[in-house]
Amino acid sequence: MASSSSSGKVEDLRLVNLVKDYSGVRAVDDISLTIPAGSFFALLGPSGCGKTTTLRIVAGLEDPTSGRVFIGEQDVTIKPPYQRPVNTVFQNYALFPHLTIHDNVAFGLKRRGEKDIETKVSDMLDLVELSDLARRKPAQLSGGQQQRVAVARALINQPDVLLLDEPLGALDLKLRRQMQIELKRIQVDVGTTFVHVTHDQEEAMTMADTVAVMNSGRIEQMGAPEEIYELPKTAFVANFLGQANLMEAEVVDRDGAQLVVQAYGNKWAVPTARAVQNEGQIIVGIRPEKLRIALGAASDTEATNSIVGTVTDASFVGVSTQYLVRTPWGQELIAFEQNLAGGDRIRVGDEVSLTWEKSHSFGLAGHENVDAGVMDLSGAIAEAVTESS
Amino acid sequence: MAIAIEKATDARLPLHYRFTRYLRSHFIPAIGILGLIYLFLPIAVVFAFSFNDRLPNGRGSVSWVGFSTDAWTNICVDPNICRAVGTSLQIGVLATLAGTLLGTMIAFALVRHRFRGRQSTNLTIFLPMATPEVVMGSSLLALFLNTRIPLGIVTVLIAHIMFTISFVVVTVKARLAVLDPRLEQAAMDLYADERQTFRYITLPLVAPGIAAAALLAFSLSFDDFIITYFNKGPSITTFPVYVWASAARGVPPQVNVIGSLMFFGALAVVLLAQLAGKVKRR
Amino acid sequence: MAIALTPGVPIAPGGEAPPERVKRKGKTAYFLLIPGMAWLVFFFVIPLGSLFLTSLERPLGSGPSAGYASALRWQNYTEALSKYDTEFLRSFWYAGLATILCLIISFPLAYFIAFRAGRWRNLLLVLIVAPFFCSFLIRTYAWKTILADDGFVTTVANSLHLLPDDRILATPLAVVFGLVYNFLPFMVLPLYASLERIDPRLIEAAADLYARPWIGLQRVTIPLAMPGIVAGTLLTFIPATGDFINSQLLGSPRTRMIGNVIQTQFARDALPTAAALSFSLMAVILVVVFTYIRRAGTEELL
Repeated sequence: MASSSSSGKVEDLRLVNLVKDYSGVRAVDDISLTIPAGSFFALLGPSGCGKTTTLRIVAGLEDPTSGRVFIGEQDVTIKPPYQRPVNTVFQNYALFPHLTIHDNVAFGLKRRGEKDIETKVSDMLDLVELSDLARRKPAQLSGGQQQRVAVARALINQPDVLLLDEPLGALDLKLRRQMQIELKRIQVDVGTTFVHVTHDQEEAMTMADTVAVMNSGRIEQMGAPEEIYELPKTAFVANFLGQANLMEAEVVDRDGAQLVVQAYGNKWAVPTARAVQNEGQIIVGIRPEKLRIALGAASDTEATNSIVGTVTDASFVGVSTQYLVRTPWGQELIAFEQNLAGGDRIRVGDEVSLTWEKSHSFGLAGHENVDAGVMDLSGAIAEAVTESS
Repeated sequence: MAIAIEKATDARLPLHYRFTRYLRSHFIPAIGILGLIYLFLPIAVVFAFSFNDRLPNGRGSVSWVGFSTDAWTNICVDPNICRAVGTSLQIGVLATLAGTLLGTMIAFALVRHRFRGRQSTNLTIFLPMATPEVVMGSSLLALFLNTRIPLGIVTVLIAHIMFTISFVVVTVKARLAVLDPRLEQAAMDLYADERQTFRYITLPLVAPGIAAAALLAFSLSFDDFIITYFNKGPSITTFPVYVWASAARGVPPQVNVIGSLMFFGALAVVLLAQLAGKVKRR
Repeated sequence: MAIALTPGVPIAPGGEAPPERVKRKGKTAYFLLIPGMAWLVFFFVIPLGSLFLTSLERPLGSGPSAGYASALRWQNYTEALSKYDTEFLRSFWYAGLATILCLIISFPLAYFIAFRAGRWRNLLLVLIVAPFFCSFLIRTYAWKTILADDGFVTTVANSLHLLPDDRILATPLAVVFGLVYNFLPFMVLPLYASLERIDPRLIEAAADLYARPWIGLQRVTIPLAMPGIVAGTLLTFIPATGDFINSQLLGSPRTRMIGNVIQTQFARDALPTAAALSFSLMAVILVVVFTYIRRAGTEELL
């Protein structure tokens, strides 16, 4: 769990045994978690994993089939949305098309009969740098501006929790990067708990203190971005959060703090602490950027783990090169090499060795499918290449 | 000079290609314009004949007699004509109010609520639109005769409200269906309860649909002849009924004046509404 | 991930079902539905039943003035239909012809407004509807003037020897013409509504995939516009079948339609005959409508 910068006013959000069924299909499957006050929390998962449903239950837009939602000590499970100290930045923003920007932002304050609405609205519009556009209608704003109005409209109510439902999904890549930093800045400024739902792993890792990876209604793993990236506990997390080479292996020995595993005639070491299982069939995983690629056979097979193979594809992407290497047993592994030398690259068809630090390996349960979560990544591969290396 | 001309001709596309391209790009607009001429031809005639003189025997004529502004200056020369317009307006306004209210309520129920009997409700709303007016008119007449309800303005109103409801439901439903449910959820999220959400978000956003439905209801009611004719009884004369009845002795030019006024009035209302919408959006 | 439960907050183990929130319940739906639906039931459904009963009544005397009594006289149907079968068939023939002509005229018109009109789109829509604010009857009278025997249109057509009867007025041509004119917006507007929703890129994609314009129209535009075509043809065909004004004003006794018969039979107090004809008309139309909707695959119109 990430440490929180909780101020006295803001409250923790707690979900207890949350379940949501849609006509027999379980969208949310017994989720329990605490989101500390003041943290930036990301619910990450592919579409249909139940992350948006979870968010809507917190917002009060959906009833849970069972389970409870607490904000601080208060049970809000059966409260209608307009009685919850929670506000939402909707997907595609849901700005009221018939109201001006000013009236959109003032909407919540007016409903609660607050005083000093004008000052608050103009302060908030200053914060999101939209004061000039107060008299415009949403349709006259660009996507990025609409996005900021949506944030302003929710934040002005000083909610205990701000929910963001794919808030950057409609923006182009460059603007998305900009808004990620912007949102993070606003969150630090106001100190409100942000719960951010996204399918973009890079977005989740950039912004959140804590990321929860969701799959089929359950949370697969939760923790700080570095922590779950470096040490995924399931094949789904390993594949969905970045890319991973996963190889089936068998534990043959235990050497101090290391497991010795055998796979296709290779012997590798995996730190015991980094394996979810200490015996029998396991899956050995290694991130592509941890692999070193070199022509010919590996030199030091004692200090490092290694594999030999043939290069089947090499894609130069500027900062790095992505290689596909076919192992003798027919699996294709991905390796990233940073563009340090400049030129003189390894070519398709070359015999190469891949080596990596023993301490970088991680071990997953042997019964898992090595391709879990892979399909969801297809679009992000190109990005991952540039970002992760 | 000669070279330049030759170059220019070379650059031009083949004649047959230019010809078919011309035809293709002008075919659809040409049909559009012909369609508009077709639509407006009778209106032009109505307007022109509002300046027609009467026949020597005082009757109206379907052919041109002579130019006169008499009909425009003396619209109510036959008091029955203005009384008929008044009756039509009265029925139109009342039927529009009731039909729009009832139809809008049904549309909201259909789009926003779950209830039993949705199928039969949909069918009951669809059927009046799939029933020829002569059947609706005659069946209502059969009911009124069988139950000995006296024919008059009440029976006409009942009939008009009945046949406007379905059209209102369809129009409002179409508008409601494209309304993003997230806007209402956003309002609820921003502390508006159900009633405030309806008042500040749903109603303003559906209002154009309701207005369109009301306009449609009014024009259907004002223009209805067949159903009215069956259920009016001897005491009521609406404007279309007056026109029908006056046909026998020649339609007076005043009828054309009123037709023209209705046309220009409606055109002005719609254009103003459009203009207002444009200004508001700015 | 499990958390320590805060004391004092009751939570059943295993997640007990939360209490129902007070929100839109069924009651509101019925409150919204009942007034309007009751109106339709009382003044549309029940009258149809009443009409059906009337259609089976038997005469008390020899003439219509003698009155009628409740009965189950099915002969009313066979008698009425065999007597007025010409008018019955003629109605469907005229209405069908008028619907097809309407479709032929409206499709390019709606297509033009939807795809080519640009910023004139709204103005054109207003112009399409505007003539119909001028009363139905007045417009039909205007056609009587335009198509008059000594009028411009007839004279020109005659000089070209286009007219078999040497006139337009009082011929089937005039009646169908009037029907087309009067129901045109009912065709144009639904067509426009469904054409407008078509992404023009779909038509371009068809062209890119080797569809000639005509094939693109046939395979992409028309199928996507199908809901509009179905709605438009129904909104035209149904009222056209029952119409009697066009036939009355622009036609002759040889162009009498079933609406004219029903109207005169009611006027003559021959209620069972009129009712039987009305009911038969309704039944045939419903059969046609439902078969058509099924065939066109547009059940969602209901």
